[in-house]
Amino acid sequence: MNTVVVAQLQRQFQEYLVSLYQQGFLDNQFTELRKLQDEGTPDFVAEVVSLFFDDCSKLINSMSRSLGRPESVDFKQVDSGVHQLKGSSSSVGARRVKNVCISFKECCDVQNREGCLRCLQQVDYEYKMLKTKLEDLFNLEQQILQAGGTIPQININ
Amino acid sequence: MEVCNCIEPQWPADELLMKYQYISDFFIAVAYFSIPLELIYFVKKSAVFPYRWVLVQFGAFIVLCGATHLINLWTFTTHSRTVALVMTTAKVLTAVVSCATALMLVHIIPDLLSVKTRELFLKNKAAELDREMGLIRTQEETGRHVRMLTHEIRSTLDRHTILKTTLVELGRTLALEECALWMPTRTGLELQLSYTLRQQHPVEYTVPIQLPVINQVFGTSRAVKISPNSPVARLRPVSGKYLLGEVVAVRVPLLHLSNFQINDWPELSTKRYALMVLMLPSDSARQWHVHELELVEVVADQVAVALSHAAILEESMRARDLLMEQNVALDIARREAETAIRARNDFLAVMNHEMRTPMHAIIALSSLLQETELTPEQRLMVETVLKSSSLLATLMNDVLDLSRLEDGSLQLELGTFNLHTLFREVLNLIKPIAVVKKLPITLNLAPDLPEFVVGDEKRLMQIILNIVGNAVKFSKQGSITVTALVTKSDNRAPPDFFVVPTGSHFYLRVKVKDLGAGINPQDIPKLFTKFAQTQSLATRSSGGSGLGLAISKRFVNLMEGNIWIESDGVGKGCTAIFDVKLGISNESKQSGIPKVPANPQHANFAGLKVLVMDENGVSRMVTKGLLVHLGCEVTTVSSSEECLRVVSHEHKVVFMDVCMPGVENYQIAIRIHEKFTKRHQRPLLVALTGNTDKSTKEKCMSFGLDGVLLKPVSLDNMRNVLSDLLEHRVLYEAM
Repeated sequence: MNTVVVAQLQRQFQEYLVSLYQQGFLDNQFTELRKLQDEGTPDFVAEVVSLFFDDCSKLINSMSRSLGRPESVDFKQVDSGVHQLKGSSSSVGARRVKNVCISFKECCDVQNREGCLRCLQQVDYEYKMLKTKLEDLFNLEQQILQAGGTIPQININ
Repeated sequence: MEVCNCIEPQWPADELLMKYQYISDFFIAVAYFSIPLELIYFVKKSAVFPYRWVLVQFGAFIVLCGATHLINLWTFTTHSRTVALVMTTAKVLTAVVSCATALMLVHIIPDLLSVKTRELFLKNKAAELDREMGLIRTQEETGRHVRMLTHEIRSTLDRHTILKTTLVELGRTLALEECALWMPTRTGLELQLSYTLRQQHPVEYTVPIQLPVINQVFGTSRAVKISPNSPVARLRPVSGKYLLGEVVAVRVPLLHLSNFQINDWPELSTKRYALMVLMLPSDSARQWHVHELELVEVVADQVAVALSHAAILEESMRARDLLMEQNVALDIARREAETAIRARNDFLAVMNHEMRTPMHAIIALSSLLQETELTPEQRLMVETVLKSSSLLATLMNDVLDLSRLEDGSLQLELGTFNLHTLFREVLNLIKPIAVVKKLPITLNLAPDLPEFVVGDEKRLMQIILNIVGNAVKFSKQGSITVTALVTKSDNRAPPDFFVVPTGSHFYLRVKVKDLGAGINPQDIPKLFTKFAQTQSLATRSSGGSGLGLAISKRFVNLMEGNIWIESDGVGKGCTAIFDVKLGISNESKQSGIPKVPANPQHANFAGLKVLVMDENGVSRMVTKGLLVHLGCEVTTVSSSEECLRVVSHEHKVVFMDVCMPGVENYQIAIRIHEKFTKRHQRPLLVALTGNTDKSTKEKCMSFGLDGVLLKPVSLDNMRNVLSDLLEHRVLYEAM
């Protein structure tokens, strides 16, 4: 085991993670999620996150279908979709996604189709962005593990 | 033809005689014929005549006689042979009939005569019956009088009215001249004239009860005729009347209340009688009739009954009046006592406050003065002032406390406190004095003595302080030991005290043993009385009002305990022991100290079965991860129907996501309540929500949820929440 490599990788990992927090992609909830991961559940975070992304894509598809036809928009359905999305994003700590959801909900409440479409687009963009970032993070984790190191517990305050 | 001596008539003498005979015969015939006619006429008129055929016979006889006489008219002159024949026939017939009639009358006349006698007899009988009827009517009238009299007598329960009415009515019914009632006096040796009919204010005559006439009357229940000259009958001054009316006396039994038995009436063994004397009007030659005597007897009986009723009523009315008086007096006394107590309490409160203010001033300023520069004499003086004022302050407190204790207006102020600390404090307070007197004090606390207890901290301290203070005060040498333990029922206790430890209470026993002056065993009972001092004057200087032990005893009693002192004699020291009942505190915290959060390492939820209901897959997974990390056994469901299917009494907690708008989520709580009727089987229901407002909390409470959690939940938060929940079964703070 190359400790230097491990240490380097760990530092890289730490910086990356911190930057994600600083950029507002993640918040405290993600830290909590990471706390729940232990020897019994080594892939807990990855599983949750991938479930979240699947959920996102499904919801976004259904919402875009609802918002598709201008004359018959089922705002109720859109509202429930946004609600789900908001809940999921706050459960995993996807801060940006959550914030978009909040404005999305506001547009939905006033039945602003244009606003909703805009927000939908934004949500789509944000989640895909987060997905990419987290994939990178997990890759780093794998590299550390392969190099024989342990994933550092990072205290974000 | 005879020769008559009459005057020569004008006519020839023979012709005259013939004429007279002729006329007479004619008239006789007429009469003879008319009589039967009359008879027939009158008999026809009368209804009853038993002897018709006799009449016929008689009629025939008379007719024939008449006929004879009529025919005779033709015989005065020359007459033919026919006439003579007719005449003869008529005469023969007449003779036959008249003989027959004569014979018949022999039979008939006695009958007729007997009719007459019967008539006379009947007339007598009728007269007799008339007389008797008159008598009966009188009797009936008297009977009516009796009934009315009885009614009058029994219609009132007033004794005087009864007697007066009796006399009046009797007088009226029997038309008496005088009627009087003699009552036995209190001594029973004399009869006193109590009531009379005619005289308004009878002179208070008395006659001895042993007179023969009185004995005679009392000896029988019947009315007895007595002489008008006997002393009981001499009711009026004799006013020259010649013949005094007949007098009758009858006894009236006076029943005692205890003897009143209807079945024994009147063969009672009562000894008291009254005498009723009745006098007929003088100069009237009236006599007492039997029915009148009977009336008098009946009335006497009725009067006796009425009098006993009146007596009973009098008794009960008197008793009732007495009770009412007593009630009124008691009420007044009670109100006076209450006013007195209130006045005293007011006075004490005011005086207490008024006295304490200057007292505080004195104590405070003397203490300040002590701090300044003083000459030794000045210091001594100031110290004395301080000591005296402290003593006075204590005295005031004691008096106020004691008076409140006495009338039960003192109540314990219960609170949780640390028993061990209390003992140490007491010792710290006493230690200075003990050190000065060179008396070592030791404190022994039993190992099973609870630390946190519920009771009146201040008063308990007062008691311990008082006892220990006494031990220090009255010991010149030796050591003082204070022992505190939990008493069990097999420990020695005074025989009248039974120690029953209950679940959340225990009895604390404190023993203070000193080797000082000791107490004469005879003085021990007096120790706890107020203001009693048993020490000689020499030791009196140590002060004390004598109230300390009395107050301590009262406090101990309030705490459902007992206090007593044992001593082996003067100079051999003594042990003061008391038991008090204290509650065991459930909380391991003291008031004022902030709540210590449960140590994370200690929380153990291993194997705790929980159910998570969340529609959102991601948050479901996150929550599950949280709980699994804490060691719980988690089942997840994604809908309320599934939740209801899956939930069982094995699940201790159900976490349900209620983020979705609408009330439908809460219905699950109601359904779970319905499913589990027994509270201990029902899992705890916790809502997970993203809302922080009060209405959500209220909604959750109203639907019967046991707690609300704000999403997203951190690990520490969940841990704390779970431990709180399981301990208290309710959680509404995590917001």
